[in-house]
This record gives sequence, structure tokens and C-alpha cells, in this order.
Amino acid sequence: MSKTPKIALIGNPNAGKSSLFNSLTGLNQKTGNFPGVTMEKHTGIWELEPKRSVEILDLPGIYSIYPKSIDEELVINILGDPKHPDFPDMAIVVADASNLKRNLLLFSQVRDLGIPTVLALNMIDVAENEGYVINSIKLARELNVEVAEVNAKKGIGLNGLKLSVIKTLQNRFASNDALPLPVSDEVIQEVQANFGEAEMYRSLLWLMEHDRMKMFSIQQRETLDAIKSKHHFSSKKYQSEETVKRYEQITEVVDRCVINLNRQWDAVPVKTWTDRLDKFFLHPVGGYVFFLAILFVMFQAVFTWATYPMDLIDGGVATLNDWLKGVLPDSALTALLTDGLIAGIGGVLIFIPQIAFLFLFISLLEETGYMSRVMFIMDKLMRRFGLNGKSVVPLISGVACAVPAIMSTRSIGSWKDRLITILVTPLMSCSARLPIYTVLIALVVPEKNTLFGLFNLQGVALFGLYLLGFFMALVSAWVMKVILQAKEKSYFIMELPTYKAPRFKHVAITIFNSVNAFVFEAGKIIVAISIVLWVLASYGPGDEIAQSEAKIRLANPTLQGVELQNKISADKLEHSFAGHFGHFVEPAIRPLGYDWKIGIALITSFAAREVFVGTMSTIYSMGGEVDDANATIKNRMRAEINPATGKPMYDAALGFSLLIFYAFAMQCMSTLATTYRETKSWKYPLIQFSYMTALAYLSAFAVYQWLS
Amino acid sequence: MANLADLKIGEKGEIVGFTDELLSLKLLEMGCLPGTEVVLTHLAPFGDPIAIRVSGSYTLSMRREEAETMLIKRT
Repeated sequence: MSKTPKIALIGNPNAGKSSLFNSLTGLNQKTGNFPGVTMEKHTGIWELEPKRSVEILDLPGIYSIYPKSIDEELVINILGDPKHPDFPDMAIVVADASNLKRNLLLFSQVRDLGIPTVLALNMIDVAENEGYVINSIKLARELNVEVAEVNAKKGIGLNGLKLSVIKTLQNRFASNDALPLPVSDEVIQEVQANFGEAEMYRSLLWLMEHDRMKMFSIQQRETLDAIKSKHHFSSKKYQSEETVKRYEQITEVVDRCVINLNRQWDAVPVKTWTDRLDKFFLHPVGGYVFFLAILFVMFQAVFTWATYPMDLIDGGVATLNDWLKGVLPDSALTALLTDGLIAGIGGVLIFIPQIAFLFLFISLLEETGYMSRVMFIMDKLMRRFGLNGKSVVPLISGVACAVPAIMSTRSIGSWKDRLITILVTPLMSCSARLPIYTVLIALVVPEKNTLFGLFNLQGVALFGLYLLGFFMALVSAWVMKVILQAKEKSYFIMELPTYKAPRFKHVAITIFNSVNAFVFEAGKIIVAISIVLWVLASYGPGDEIAQSEAKIRLANPTLQGVELQNKISADKLEHSFAGHFGHFVEPAIRPLGYDWKIGIALITSFAAREVFVGTMSTIYSMGGEVDDANATIKNRMRAEINPATGKPMYDAALGFSLLIFYAFAMQCMSTLATTYRETKSWKYPLIQFSYMTALAYLSAFAVYQWLS
Repeated sequence: MANLADLKIGEKGEIVGFTDELLSLKLLEMGCLPGTEVVLTHLAPFGDPIAIRVSGSYTLSMRREEAETMLIKRT
């Protein structure tokens, strides 16, 4: 049985590669990881004919085979190495027909690597609107490959593409084995003598780019370097000449295959929608106002819209727990199920509405092409702080989750800019902080008050916290810019794509994937910690817990009923393992206004901050009354009394101190692990952890002392 | 000799060369070849970065200091 052929999908950024991938594979997609690199690998199955499928591999968008940033290196590592597990049987190069010459550069390089290639011409309608008519039959003949006209967004032309792919798989015609430029045969022969027979362009690529290719050992690299110096071969010079030469050939081909109506009739080019929108979005004042307005609407909406489903989930979990406690026998197992497991799962589910809304906004901004305008207007500002216009995307994505945000820094070419972006991104308030903010803001910020009668004051407070995180990220970045020294220059050469209507299917897939990843990845940790916590809070060293009841009864002979039960369970918690941990850290957190119960939450939060709310529910459902049907976590915390003052525990000073602590503290194992993977050093996650925790402690201390 | 950063909005130029080898590699593969016509279309706030239209086919943004490495002839 022959194995499923692999097809790599290659193309310029914005050429419609992801659209085509979605059109071809629909929901038959899989997200995994490339071996050895922490890069998401998107594959999907495309059915060519009944019982004949191919595997489509979506590669990152690139402008040429020569990588300029880390995420681009992946492509050359796969296409340059026939032994790579993902080396494709053939390639589909997706080209934006309205920008044909630039797109054909990459096509010609892929073809010269000896990989059988089909050219998928996308956005022909755009090209025609701009006055270009493309003769794709002639183009196919000139380029000596199959050419298929497609409309990736609407899914038109896929049958034609199928035929081209089937033909190419059958004939496997690779290109004429010629080099784009004359290089002395001896150089190529020497590479081939050392590394085996290969296409000439592939051998040449090995010679030029071996530093970035994982297939070579140190000795092999030395051999290649020796060949280079022996023949005085300069990679940069060659690459520059090759690019010019390829463009010359491409221009000749395009001139024969494309008719430019504008030139023939000397027509004035039409003002496109993109031009009109850019007049506004890139305006020195209007551009910023619009960007801020978008962010404000995003947070206001996330806070107000998402609360309805969140209240439903919160209430639903409480109701379910009360019902289960009524039905099931009163045992330790029931308690583990309700207060441990279900409370933990509830703490995961409650995130879903907010994560969904955040990813809705972020993917809409990406999809429409607006995000690169944000980079454009923000670059100068960000640069003052040691960042880069491209840092805006990680920072905004950081609002959802720091892990993908840190991974998205790979598009930043400069190592210093990238490192600073990685280090400060977790200061952006991620979605895991949202439930904590939600609960605490609801406790200390009045709900009905409105600013100018327009906004929900709680929404304003939330927006303020996000701004604070952003502000702190900038300040930290500036400090790092001063400390870190690097001579390397950053660059910002970037295409501003045309505006496009968002593809809602694509947006939906993004939302679904991120919610899914959260529920199953983060959810596992949260539920596990909730259960461990429940055990730690239910059992203690020695027989302290067993003696609790007798001790309390003895000390308070007059107490009866619920009050007595509360006192007993509070005492039990205090003497549990968790209680001991809490007491242990209490002296350190006392100056911030926290007691040992919050201490327990802080300790558990250091693995992942999202367990705060779950921990609080566990702690307060054990220490407080459990017969209240509406006992949601918010109400329980509101009812908590500070034993020292007799006033509510969660007053403004404690509330804001906790909010600030959670805003700045580094409490996420996954983020630290990602920082390690991306920087390949333990030094940076350590720095990240230390400076953020110090920042959190000092700020929370200042806030508490100031407000109380 | 004039460079790209000297252009004002709406002004046109033709690329004649580059002064930075590494940047020129990136600019070349983005289609900024000698002889290509460029138009300055947008300036970000504070005049940096800038955006140009490359041979009438797409919009490319870059920083002012990067634009200074691209030598042009006003047309």
C-alpha cells in the first residue's frame, strides 16, 4: 500500500494560503508540533478522488526561500532536506495574481529545488479590477508547470486544482535542473561529492544557508564553509544577484502572459477601498483615536457581554453542587466530587465566554489586515521603549494568553527586540487574570455607578487594569533596553496588505481552536490542582483535624447549629496541610494585607494563576456555610469578615492590593516553559519570574499601605 | 544623491541602488529592484515609518533609517 502523498502549501504572506488551506481541508484539520521546534504544524486531509486523499501541510508565509526570521527558517529546513519527515512529495505555491512578479520569485525557487510544483493563481478578480488580464494557459507553458486559477476565499476552482495536482503527482515533472545563475561547476561538484547527488539549486542552498539548517552537523558545516572560502563564494552577493536575475526572467515571462489594460489605454488607476480606509486608519490623530476606541470597545464588550453566560455557568455549577450534595450521601467522596472536582471544572468553564470574545476581536483584527496598520502607527512609539511595531501583536495577543503571544514573537527579526518583547509580554493581562479581576472588581467597585452616565464603572476599572499592565510592560521594556546591549539592528520592512472582509469560518475555527486548547490544556492543570488542593485542605498533619470539633465545642459551649458548624470547619481548614502552608507564608504577605487563606490561593496560583478563583471557591466552601443555594464565590467572599477589624475582609485596600499583585506577578508555569523554549536558556525565564514577582510584591505593598 | 526618505507624500522616484547590503537583500526580494518605480503614499505619525507603493502593485512600509539606504532618482 502506498502512503498518503504529502503536499506542502507555500506562498507569500497574504496571498490567500490559509484561505486555500481551509477551503481544501475544511474541518479535516489537525494542529500538532513540528519535531524539535515549538511551532504549530497545521495539516489537513484533502480528498482528491473517492478513496484517494492527500495530506496538506500549511507552511508559514514567506517571500523567498532565504529566511529572514526564525519562523521562516522552518520552510528551508523542510524543503531543503529530503530526509526530513515532513519533506513533501509536491508543493502548491499560492500566488496573489494582483502581485504576480513578487509571488513568482518564491515559486521559481521552490521549483528549482526539484520539488514538483503546481501554481495556484489566487485573487484574479483583484488583478482584473486593477486592469491586469492574465493568460494562465500561456503562463503554464512558459513556466512548464500546471497552473490552476482559484478563488481561495470562495472555494472556486478547486476541481481544476485537483486535476493539476493529480497530473503533477502522476508525472512528477520537476523543473529542468538548471541554476538561476552561473556558478562554477566545481563548487557544486564539490558540495555534491561531499553530501551526495542532489539538485544543483539544493546543493547551492546547502552551501549558503547551512547555518540555519538542522540537518547538518558541526563538521559538515565546517566542510561547507571550507568549500565557500576555497572558491571565494559570497552568499550575500550571490543571493542578491540571484534575486535580480530571477526577477529579470519573471518580468519577461509576465510581460508575455499578462496584458496591462491601464498601460494600453493610459487609464487613471482607480482609488481602491484600501487607499480610502488608510487615509483614516493611518491618520496621525485619527489613527490613534480609532485604535484606542477599538481597544476600549473590545474590553467594555468583553466585560459586559461575557458576564451573562459567565453568571449562568457560575450559578449552574453552584446549583449542580447543591443538588448533588442533597442527593448523594454525605461522605468524603461526595465532597471530593462537588467541592473538589466540580468546583474545579466550573473554574475552567467560566473562562470560555471571555476567551471566545477576546479571540473573536483579535482574529477579526488580523483577518481584516488592520493589525499591520496598528504596527505601522505604533512602531515609532514602541521603539522608544526598546520594542518594535511588530511587538504590538504579541502584546495584544498577550491579552488572551502569553503562551501563543510569546510564540508569535518569532516574526520579529531582531533578537534584542524579540527578547524584550518576550520578557514583558506576560505583564499584559491575560485571560486567566480575567476571572480574578471580575471577582475582585465586583467586590470593591460599585456596580451601578457610571462615568458620564455612559460606561459601567466596573468596565472602566477593568480597562484601567489592562492599561496598567500595558504601561508596566512599556516601562519594563525601557529599563531592559537600557540594560541589554546589542549592536544588531532591527528592521521593519513589511507589507501593508489590502483590507479584506473577514472570513467568518476562519474566525470561527480560530475561536474554536483556542477555546478547545484552553479547556483541555489549561483545564487539566486547573482541575488537577483543585483536587490536590481539596485534599490538602481536608487533611492535616497528626490528628489536629480530628480534634477540631471537640476543641471548638469545649471552647464555645453555648454555640449551636450553623454557627457552630462554621466555626468547626474554619478551624479544620486552619489546621489542614493547606492551612499550615498559608500560615507559613502569612508573615511575608501580611504587609500586603493578605491573610493565610489568600496565602493558600497565592501558593497554588504560582503554578497557574487561573486556579485563584477555584482555590477561593474550595477554601470558602469549606470554611463557610454550604447550605446557601446562591452561594457563589463572589457572595462568599463578600460575606467574609476580617477577624481583626470586624469589617468586611475584602475592602478597597485589600481588593486593589490583590488586583495589582495578580496584574504583575509571574504565575504561570506554561509561560515560563515557553520563554525557556523560545530563548533556549533558563536565564531568561528566571529573570522574567524574578522581576515580575518583585514588581508585584512592591506595587501591592504600596497600594495596600496607601489605601488602608 | 537622493534617497527614499527625501520624498514627500505623493512624490515618485525610481530605485537606483542601495547602501546597505543586508537590507538590500530583503528589499530586492520584496520587488524593490533597481529601475522600479516607487511612490511615497503614507507617513506614520512623527514621519516614521513610511509607506511606499512598489511599482503600482502593493504597499510596503519601512522605517525612515531603512528608507535612507535606498537610493532613488526623482521622476
